Amino acid sequence: MIHFVLLISRQGKVRLTKWYSPYTQKERSKVIRELSGTILSRGPKLCNFVEWRGFKVVYKRYASLYFCMCINQEDNELEVLEIIHHYVEILDRYFGSVCELDLIFNFHKAYYILDEVLIAGELQESSKKTVARLVATQDSLVEAAKEEANSISNIIAQATK
Amino acid sequence: MNPFSSGTRLRDMIRAIRACKTAAEERAVVRKECALIRAAVSDNDNGYRHRNLAQLMFIHMLGYPTHFGQMECLKLIAAPGFPEKRIGYLGLMLLLDERQEVLMLVTNSLKQDLNHANQYIVGLALCALGNICSAEMARDLAPEVERLLQFRDPNIRKKAALCSIRIVKKVPDLAENFVNPVVTLLKEKHHGVLLTGIQLCTELCNLSEEALEYFRKKCTEGLVKVLKDVVNSSYAPEYDISGIADPFLHIRLLRLLRVLGHGDADASDSMNDILAQVATKTESNKNAGNAILYECVETIMSIEDVSGLRVLAINILGRFLSNRDNNIRYVALNMLMKAVSIDDQAVQRHRATILECVKDSDASIRKRALELVYLLMNETNVKALAKELIDYLQVSDQDFKGDLTAKICSIVEKLSPDKIWYIDQMLKVLSEAGNHVKDEVWHALIVVITNASNLHGYTVRSLYKAIQKSADQATLVRVAVWCIGEYGDMLVNNIGMLDLEDPITVTENDAVDVVELAIKLHTSDLTTRAMCLIALLKLSSRFPSCSQRIKNIVTQSKGSLLLELQQRSIEFDSIIEKHQNIRSALVERMPVLDEATFSGRKTGSILAPAVSTINSASGVAISAAAPLVDFIDIGADEPSAAPPTSSGGNFLQDLLDVGTSPIPSQSGKTEAQRSGTDVLLDLLSIGPSPPQNSSSAPDLLSLSQDNKTSVSPLDSLSLATVPAVQASSTAMMDLLDGFGPSPPPTKDNGPAYPPIVAFESSSLRLTFNFSKQPGSPQETHIEADFTNKSSDVYTNFIFQAAVPKFLQLHLEPASSNTLPGNGTGAITQKLRVTNSQHGKKSIVMRIRISYKLNNKDVLEEGQISNFPRDL
Repeated sequence: MIHFVLLISRQGKVRLTKWYSPYTQKERSKVIRELSGTILSRGPKLCNFVEWRGFKVVYKRYASLYFCMCINQEDNELEVLEIIHHYVEILDRYFGSVCELDLIFNFHKAYYILDEVLIAGELQESSKKTVARLVATQDSLVEAAKEEANSISNIIAQATK
Repeated sequence: MNPFSSGTRLRDMIRAIRACKTAAEERAVVRKECALIRAAVSDNDNGYRHRNLAQLMFIHMLGYPTHFGQMECLKLIAAPGFPEKRIGYLGLMLLLDERQEVLMLVTNSLKQDLNHANQYIVGLALCALGNICSAEMARDLAPEVERLLQFRDPNIRKKAALCSIRIVKKVPDLAENFVNPVVTLLKEKHHGVLLTGIQLCTELCNLSEEALEYFRKKCTEGLVKVLKDVVNSSYAPEYDISGIADPFLHIRLLRLLRVLGHGDADASDSMNDILAQVATKTESNKNAGNAILYECVETIMSIEDVSGLRVLAINILGRFLSNRDNNIRYVALNMLMKAVSIDDQAVQRHRATILECVKDSDASIRKRALELVYLLMNETNVKALAKELIDYLQVSDQDFKGDLTAKICSIVEKLSPDKIWYIDQMLKVLSEAGNHVKDEVWHALIVVITNASNLHGYTVRSLYKAIQKSADQATLVRVAVWCIGEYGDMLVNNIGMLDLEDPITVTENDAVDVVELAIKLHTSDLTTRAMCLIALLKLSSRFPSCSQRIKNIVTQSKGSLLLELQQRSIEFDSIIEKHQNIRSALVERMPVLDEATFSGRKTGSILAPAVSTINSASGVAISAAAPLVDFIDIGADEPSAAPPTSSGGNFLQDLLDVGTSPIPSQSGKTEAQRSGTDVLLDLLSIGPSPPQNSSSAPDLLSLSQDNKTSVSPLDSLSLATVPAVQASSTAMMDLLDGFGPSPPPTKDNGPAYPPIVAFESSSLRLTFNFSKQPGSPQETHIEADFTNKSSDVYTNFIFQAAVPKFLQLHLEPASSNTLPGNGTGAITQKLRVTNSQHGKKSIVMRIRISYKLNNKDVLEEGQISNFPRDL
């Protein structure tokens, strides 16, 4: 089971956090501090696993961002690396060559996508296409609602002119 | 819509925050935005609610408090439209966690959304429930989720399956409701549903033995077939990862098969072929393939042994181990640890490679490899492996040395073939990483040294050589100083030469030099310096020619700010100066330390604090878990157990009228009520007391600088010197010259102790009667008598007691659990207390008594510190 997902920038800024196990606000910031300290200081050629408080943290760097997932001792570390890559590929497809700025300004989108990949710390969908389709459909639902609201307010605006 | 309350757009706010150059600027911007959002919240402004929440989430991610937005989430979730709900649920998952009360308020909205006509809204609700639901919510909403497992759209089914995992984890009783739906899920073709169904099935198997049996009978065949189909499926672009169709599904199937096959030969047999196929056919040049192989190896290791599968698995691990990719090597080491218990020989073959991994530049790999090497050590390879590790100690990273040293010490202690090898290895470790060695380790070393009487000379000479090179390793210095103090004459005169040794010439002055250097070294701590002082005292008798020089060194500590050192210095100085006649007897070599006692103490100190479980008369065991916490702090308070040694210095100071530095007056105060003669008795433990009591006197040479270290074996070393002192009372009087006409003290150490009223309240009295077995002064038998002073009967009467770490407490069952009123009857209960600090600290005890009076629970607590002082 994945206990939490963290996205940390090279400078140690948090770009996304998702907690599947209960941590208080205080613990959360402590975890982030501790982990960004250990992970950011590791050299590029070392393995992608860090043992931490009886758990393992699997991390992978993509450009300026570190994607980290915390798992149990007995979980498959190599598979978690694949899950991270799976998520990154979906982000990449969604934003079209994703960069850190996309994830900053559209952080909620990154969360929506993550919610289609993981639930309760377990993998939900192994098809990137399906995830993309589901996110796109929900985006269009939002767009439709917006347009409707706009058109109504237009009508009202014209009517009251 | 009110244009003034709209605030900034999300994008603009993020830009503004990013533009901040300092943390203070950022805080200012965030404060402003938060104020705007709060204003909007109190205005109940609907139009921009979702934008405000998005801003709040961003602010939350930066680590600022955002609790005022929690209710906004609930409002958005309750809104009818999809966009509001979408952001509302996101906020709910981000800003709240399962322990917040607010969460309960959302249960109703969730229930409605789970039944919503729009499947995407159902999806949102399932996702939120799966990520943050609490046990109560799980119970309330389980029926909805169960129903959704049969929803027409597969995307809802898969979400419901994962949501069910969370539910059964929170409320394991619900597991059986999900067993039947899972069987259907396992037959699905849709990968997402199949994937999540398998995960739910694995979870159910872990939770319930019945479910496991059921699935094993019903689904094993089917799952093997599914795996076969996936493995042999043709290219499927949607699921393909580096040439493998859906590795995630592979891995989850393998994991479930592992659970089903474990401990069941038939099930294991049925998956035999497909496992062999996966193990041999999977491409291992990409991470995805390796992930599958890794999972497959683990499954092969866990299921019942069938044919040559395990050979195949170990070979894969061997290949992994020689891989250039660090990740692969890491998982190989990880898995080999599990393989050791199955096939030790096969793993031993890779010993050389594993040993190389201990020296890797990657901390994660080093740690794994070290654990593995530790498991691989046995009598035959310990010499070679320990040598490798100790050699590596010289070049290893500073932060790795602690782990490495601990492991080496533990191996050497456990597997050493003979004492000389043990001593040699420990000296090497101490010279290389003496600062990382734990106290127990060097204590154990000293115990071994004293027991190896033929090696005393060899050891002290090796230590002398070692300390010339590594005088900065604290524990090495301690052991060396101790040995030089004990066996200094053997060092100088080359006594007990072994064949393999080269003779060295060490003069008496050289030996004193070592100790002098150590006591003056600025990094030496109190323990080391105190040990140096004792070594010096011992040397002053062993090397009469250096006596004057030693006296000078000892005198230098008279001005020490550390009370212990100052006191020792003054005491030792007077011994060297005035009491030549008893000195040699005082500082005789330590008797051999008992290894059994030492190891007993080691375990004993772990077992303390002793909180006992009492079998009440009805035979029901009541565990005292809750009082434990509050009992333990007894040890920290040390209410009546001020170290008697500290008073000695004070007193002696008065006695000898040396006042070079002031002594904190508090320490004098606590001891003021004690009679001076008593203190002196403690100090020298000579005089008319009978021999079996002599061990009760705390020793002159005690090293303990505080109560915490007093469990160290060196205490027992010094305790043991006491019987050697056979000085007469005239010698004592001699020491006390100038003391005046005070009568020689006679301590009443008779075997009888008066009974005490240990505890008394308006309703209850507890009396203690003491007795001791001759020959075991540390052990006290206490008979506790409870008397009921009221007129009512107490039932369910339970007495609990706790003691600090230096005591061990054994409670026997009480005579009854009912206490009749008016003092017409009594409960008696026997206690046995062993005082490891006998003579230094008196017994203290905290008690708790509970009983039922007219069906109401009554609890009384108290602390007993009026025990007779020398129990």
